[in-house]
Amino acid sequence: MSLLRTLLAGALWISCAHAAELRIGLAADPTSMDPHFLNLQPNVNIGWHVFDALTHVDEDARLVPGLAVSWRALDPTTWEFKLRRGVRFHDGSELTAEDVVFSIERTLKVPNGQFAPFTRRIVAKEVPDPYTLRLKTAAPYAMVPYDLDSVFIVSKKAAAGAKPEDFDSGKAMIGTGPFRFVRFARGDRVELARNGTYWGGAPPWDKVTFRIMTTDPARLAALLSGDVDLIDQVPTADLQRIRRDPRLATAQKVSWRTIFFELDQRERASGLADKAGQPLSRNPLRDLRVRRALSQAIDRRAIAERLMDGAALPASNLVSPTVFGYAPDLKPDAYDPEGAKRLLAQAGYPDGFAMTLSAPNNRYVNDEQIAQAVAQMLARVGVRARIEAMPMNVYLPRGAKGKFAFAMLGWGSFSGDLALRSLVATADARKGFGSFNWSGYSNPKLDALLERGFATVDEKAREAIAREAMRLAMRDLAVIPLHHQVATWAMKRTLAYAPRTDEFTFAHHVRAR
Amino acid sequence: MLSYVARRLAQSLVVLLLMSILVFAGVYAIGNPVDILINPQADQAEIARITAALGLDRPLAQQYWLFLKDAATGTLGKSFAYNVPAIGLILERMPATIELATAAMLIALVLGIPLGLWAGVAPRSAAGRTIMAGSILGFSLPTFWVGLLLILVFSVWLGWLPTSGRGPTIDLAGIPVSFLTAEGLRHLALPAANLALFNLSLIARLVRSGTLEAMQQDYVRFARSKGLAESRVVGAHVLRNVLVPVVAVTGVQFGSVIAFAVVTETIFAWPGMGKLLIDSINVLDRPVIVGYLCIVVVLFVAINLAVDLLMSWLDPRVRLQAGA
Amino acid sequence: MSPARRIAGDFAASRAALAGAALLALLSLAALLAPWVSPQNPYDLAQLQLIDSRLPPLARTSADAIRWLGTDDQGRDMLSAILYGLRTSLAVGFASTVLAFAIGVALGLAAAWFGGWVEALVMRLAELQLSFPSILIALVLLALLGRGADKIVAAIVAVQWATYARAAHAAALVERRKDYVEAALALALPDSRIIFRHLLPNCLAPLIVLAAVQVAAAITLEATLSFLGLGLPITEPSLGLLIANGFNYLLSGHYWISFFPGIALLLAIVAINLVSDRLREILDPRERRR
Repeated sequence: MSLLRTLLAGALWISCAHAAELRIGLAADPTSMDPHFLNLQPNVNIGWHVFDALTHVDEDARLVPGLAVSWRALDPTTWEFKLRRGVRFHDGSELTAEDVVFSIERTLKVPNGQFAPFTRRIVAKEVPDPYTLRLKTAAPYAMVPYDLDSVFIVSKKAAAGAKPEDFDSGKAMIGTGPFRFVRFARGDRVELARNGTYWGGAPPWDKVTFRIMTTDPARLAALLSGDVDLIDQVPTADLQRIRRDPRLATAQKVSWRTIFFELDQRERASGLADKAGQPLSRNPLRDLRVRRALSQAIDRRAIAERLMDGAALPASNLVSPTVFGYAPDLKPDAYDPEGAKRLLAQAGYPDGFAMTLSAPNNRYVNDEQIAQAVAQMLARVGVRARIEAMPMNVYLPRGAKGKFAFAMLGWGSFSGDLALRSLVATADARKGFGSFNWSGYSNPKLDALLERGFATVDEKAREAIAREAMRLAMRDLAVIPLHHQVATWAMKRTLAYAPRTDEFTFAHHVRAR
Repeated sequence: MLSYVARRLAQSLVVLLLMSILVFAGVYAIGNPVDILINPQADQAEIARITAALGLDRPLAQQYWLFLKDAATGTLGKSFAYNVPAIGLILERMPATIELATAAMLIALVLGIPLGLWAGVAPRSAAGRTIMAGSILGFSLPTFWVGLLLILVFSVWLGWLPTSGRGPTIDLAGIPVSFLTAEGLRHLALPAANLALFNLSLIARLVRSGTLEAMQQDYVRFARSKGLAESRVVGAHVLRNVLVPVVAVTGVQFGSVIAFAVVTETIFAWPGMGKLLIDSINVLDRPVIVGYLCIVVVLFVAINLAVDLLMSWLDPRVRLQAGA
Repeated sequence: MSPARRIAGDFAASRAALAGAALLALLSLAALLAPWVSPQNPYDLAQLQLIDSRLPPLARTSADAIRWLGTDDQGRDMLSAILYGLRTSLAVGFASTVLAFAIGVALGLAAAWFGGWVEALVMRLAELQLSFPSILIALVLLALLGRGADKIVAAIVAVQWATYARAAHAAALVERRKDYVEAALALALPDSRIIFRHLLPNCLAPLIVLAAVQVAAAITLEATLSFLGLGLPITEPSLGLLIANGFNYLLSGHYWISFFPGIALLLAIVAINLVSDRLREILDPRERRR
């Protein structure tokens, strides 16, 4: 079905295609063209134009066929993928299972490459014919098709022995994606040209230029003055102005990035004191009533409407509504300052307490402003929050050491159980659990549920388990969810973009209206 | 002369070493860059693997030793974020910064010298007073704030000039430059003007006070009393008197213009090395941070040396002294 | 006529300088009295209401208080924020200048007086420092130190002390050779007494001119660093940080969030520069010849 849709869409694009150039202003700077080096949004975004993966996710972050037309688990440890036939690389050679095997192996070989987590669990690869691939894992592992969405397929011929420089220069930039690579001027632009033989239908643009514009006003000003045709990550403050401008149009979608607060729940936590500055006898954040009170003290709607100009959706889950494992029965905590005060009093803190509220100041949309607004609201229920905002380079290492009492974090995941695994599962390096569990939260029931889910290859059963785990973590307020960001693109009135949950900006999905 | 140059270079080498140790240790103290560069989905084993692959699990002294080896081979180590040698990254961005700084300096000189002369020849006239008042303003306006206003006025309101970026470049002897095309010049105009403002004021004031001084000198009074045309007097006698300090200041300021380009490049998204530095600080890309500073020191030393030599040639009274 | 009165008279002869001094006095007074004259304590988050955010100048809040210069994204009164920001900016500027002056002049005088390895060490260090662009040193230092008013003062002092050291050293070398110093030495007065009672006062004029110029430089540097996101924490904004904060609203029509703090910063720096300019004309012997 989705294949049909893709083909249909492609046919439509061809019909309206003419010699056309598209200029896109991107907020984030791709560092390298090597598709198996850094697993960061800006790099991967460019990767999706030149390369392709066995599986894709659609606008709602749901898995759909890519270079593989179908896949199934032959047994709990063997996955079989059927490749699309007749797909050609930009150099004209045909894609075969050998290229896929080569690409999977390359992710493990690139020095300091970050894609090994997606392929490390594959212990054996079989190629019964050029269009069939069987992958074996040591233990039952349901996530293989998801993981392969992150593995770009490169041409074995072009990429064998290629160094990162060969990708930057274009020598090894041979993929099966909708665009051919033309030029990468680091920190300035990436230029692409149409791949007329793309299996999903030739894109409507002959030439695409991604311009890197990391300062928000500069990016918007470039759109207003006509230097670029479309920009991503539109600053929320400018939404009203853009909507009023008859020359411009916007596209919005609830993003997969969820903003939440981690609360230190270890017995000894730093950054907490009573209002006179004296240490507290116990950590209040270990008390569910206190966590509930803090959650109820936050006016999520005011933040979404006033501070984010509507570009946020109050959250009750750690993943956004369309994502696998979202529990729709959970509702965001309603704003209830009086109830919060009562809960605090019941927990033994009628006068509240003081804590440090940590937040990054250069990462999430309006992060520093949100921190201040939350501190405003907490002050009204008697909790005095001192704000400590810092750049991400200082913030993450400190958070990883568990030094924050109450800390803002954002997470984007296309599966609820994966988010839970990183954020609230008990930290266990061997299992890869709790790598971002800053709060020391530990719930054996939740851990067991997650493990069971990852070993379940049946999608429906797995999603039920993922939802159950989400309910468990959220009812316990392992973290306090704040909102899901809404991603916004702005473009000339003559263009249209199908906005994506994963926030990627795909030139081949931009159409002339 | 030769020994003077040799001594200056030896001193600079010590500076280079000291600075690299300090910055190296400092960046090490902030945290593990892998925590920032890694995709959050990665697990602890992955973080450990990449930390080891970058050599960040070794003792600091050993890491520094490895860096020195890389420096000796001329690569300065591989960037954590870009996965290519830091030296290549910096050199790749350098032409953009040098072009911007040169354009700014040229604007400052071409406008600053005549304005300064005018204000110096006629200090009490309305024009002279206006120039002085303007120079105080130019001195006082913070660069970043002017940059914002320039964008607001010339790009957004008037729509005359592009807001950011470098525009198309043409290779000149293998180096990409933008001043050879109209579109490139349009991109260059605002950031260069922004960066020029401070030095324009500085040079105008310098030339003015030099001119005032020269006008009091006997030879100028004599020349004037002989009935020489004012333009001749100013052009031949006064200008020569102000040229030496202008050369000195231009040299010194050129270095700081390259450094201050950090601000202008950030505002105008100019893809130069200053922006590279800010980006690298944000991800703790140590090889690039240390490499950038090393290269700026080398550039500084070279500029200062060139200025000193030029000065001693322009004005034989200036004696070369090591460490002066 | 005493030198001080002569200087004051000379100073007053320039109308621009007088205007600058008056403006500076006014701004300093406003900064000093900020906690008493501003309509709101912008640091107290409990006083802010998100519902009043981004109000234009002259608008009224939900509690019917007038906001002369509008409010920012947190509902903070811009006039109060500017008064407090001015306070922070001036305090950082003056504190770092005083510290850098004290450290730099002490080291410079010591270098000139004692000579030998002290001189070599201090002057080499000063050269080392001056061979770097100020913005880069401060940038790297702050990246390493983190945010905070104390840290930014430390960074500015680290950038500026060398200028004073070199100027003091040069002036003291000249003075040292003069007869009064010889006489003091002959009387076997203690070093400290000669340095502070005789040498320092005679070197002071050019150093004061330098300090006046450097205050403006310090304020600008702080604003620039804050703008780049490396200066003060957002909860105690200086003018530079207010401008940076408003940068994001410049195109959306909320010009006041960044425009008014910019004007305040500009006024402060122009006032200081007008004063320092005149001081240089009076005190600098080279200039006085005219």
